[in-house]
Amino acid sequence: MSFITGGFSGRSRERDERLPPGQTLVGDFPVLSAGPTPEIDTADWEFTIRTESGEHRWSWDEFMRLDIDEVTTDIHCVTHWSKLGTGWRGVSLDTLFADVETEYDYVMAHSYGGYTTNVPLDELLDGKAWVAFEFDGEPLDPEHGGPARLLVPHLYFWKSAKWVRGLEMMPTDEPGFWEQNGYHLHGDPWKEERYW
Amino acid sequence: MSTVQPSVAAPRTAWHVAAVAETRRETPSAARITLDVDGWPGNLAGQHLDVRLTAPDGYSATRSYSIASSGDGSRVVLAVDRLPDGEVSPFLVDELRVGDRLEVHGPLGAYFVWRPPTDGSSGRPVQLIAGGSGVVPLFAIARAHAAAGDPTPMRLLYSVRTPDDAFFAAELAAAQAGPAPFGTTFVYTRRAPDGDDAPVGRISRERLATAVIAAAERPVVYVCGSTGFVERVASWLIDLGHDQRAIRTERYGGT
Repeated sequence: MSFITGGFSGRSRERDERLPPGQTLVGDFPVLSAGPTPEIDTADWEFTIRTESGEHRWSWDEFMRLDIDEVTTDIHCVTHWSKLGTGWRGVSLDTLFADVETEYDYVMAHSYGGYTTNVPLDELLDGKAWVAFEFDGEPLDPEHGGPARLLVPHLYFWKSAKWVRGLEMMPTDEPGFWEQNGYHLHGDPWKEERYW
Repeated sequence: MSTVQPSVAAPRTAWHVAAVAETRRETPSAARITLDVDGWPGNLAGQHLDVRLTAPDGYSATRSYSIASSGDGSRVVLAVDRLPDGEVSPFLVDELRVGDRLEVHGPLGAYFVWRPPTDGSSGRPVQLIAGGSGVVPLFAIARAHAAAGDPTPMRLLYSVRTPDDAFFAAELAAAQAGPAPFGTTFVYTRRAPDGDDAPVGRISRERLATAVIAAAERPVVYVCGSTGFVERVASWLIDLGHDQRAIRTERYGGT
């Protein structure tokens, strides 16, 4: 259901087809965070994938020696802004999961600062997700998730966990921090899966 | 006959039709808009909602706004600042009239919220820190605290350009005079009231340190404003010894 609000005409009529419903294009890069920006030194940084059978662990230097992808993609925040054609560098989750054996289908991403978000594993593989550490040719700003954040651009951007420090495999889908606080368990911007 | 229980709590958020009950100037650039929202389930202090406007040709625009009110009932108060280059906020501030209808979705957000202690006791002190229109959800919290007569000490640090730009000035003064322990400290970034000899300018770390509840008292801190404001304040709070887990932030849109 939608109806007309008298007098409202809006501004743009040239709707970009790359823009999901309810989204507005922005030139800047707004920030959505629940708390202070953590300061993480790359000397202390590490990334882990924890499964039912063990743990895989990378230091920053080890991470930088992995295959690095250049990614150009659109990003969509649940707070109604989108950016088109953003440029990133990062390591594909396919690379990180190459030697990981797990029977579990769900992932909880954990961040420095304590935040979590849940994503099904099959939404992270096959070229759909990265751990990104550069944005527009520069090291990723702390306020945008640096030194490294998850990049899952086909889902709303809160799923692209800032300050990511690891992934935990789970047998069932459990809500993370944002999902417990009102955001959708899945978060597809084309279906407007914003809130539950 | 059996029923299937949903695995998560039934959604309380939904689209609602809202009618404008009142709109009035809050500051030279902002309006206070009171809505009657059909079927609104009530909301907690600090929550927000989405507003959707639809034009005659079907074009629609959606934006998020913090709610300045809380509690049961279908009345919802917004305070919207006009963004110079905005598409939705100039319409809401300058064009919206009593009786106009729009759509709202909510209430949204379950983290940047405040609830009074249920047993009537005093909880951890609460420090609110607002930059500009970021005061809106913090005002909802201050008013809920006053309405509950909550004995928990609460303070608001409010950074604003000039006295004319302060939202809710009368209500904040009234809350200060009420029975719930509450006080406001203003930081004026451009012009202070006559007779106010506090320094004018952007908040500094030193000013923050003297104006907020000390880290040793373990306050819960809510910070809301532009990204730059929130980033600066939150990092200084951590320098001052505040627990990162006790700092809740909300950032407003583009810088």
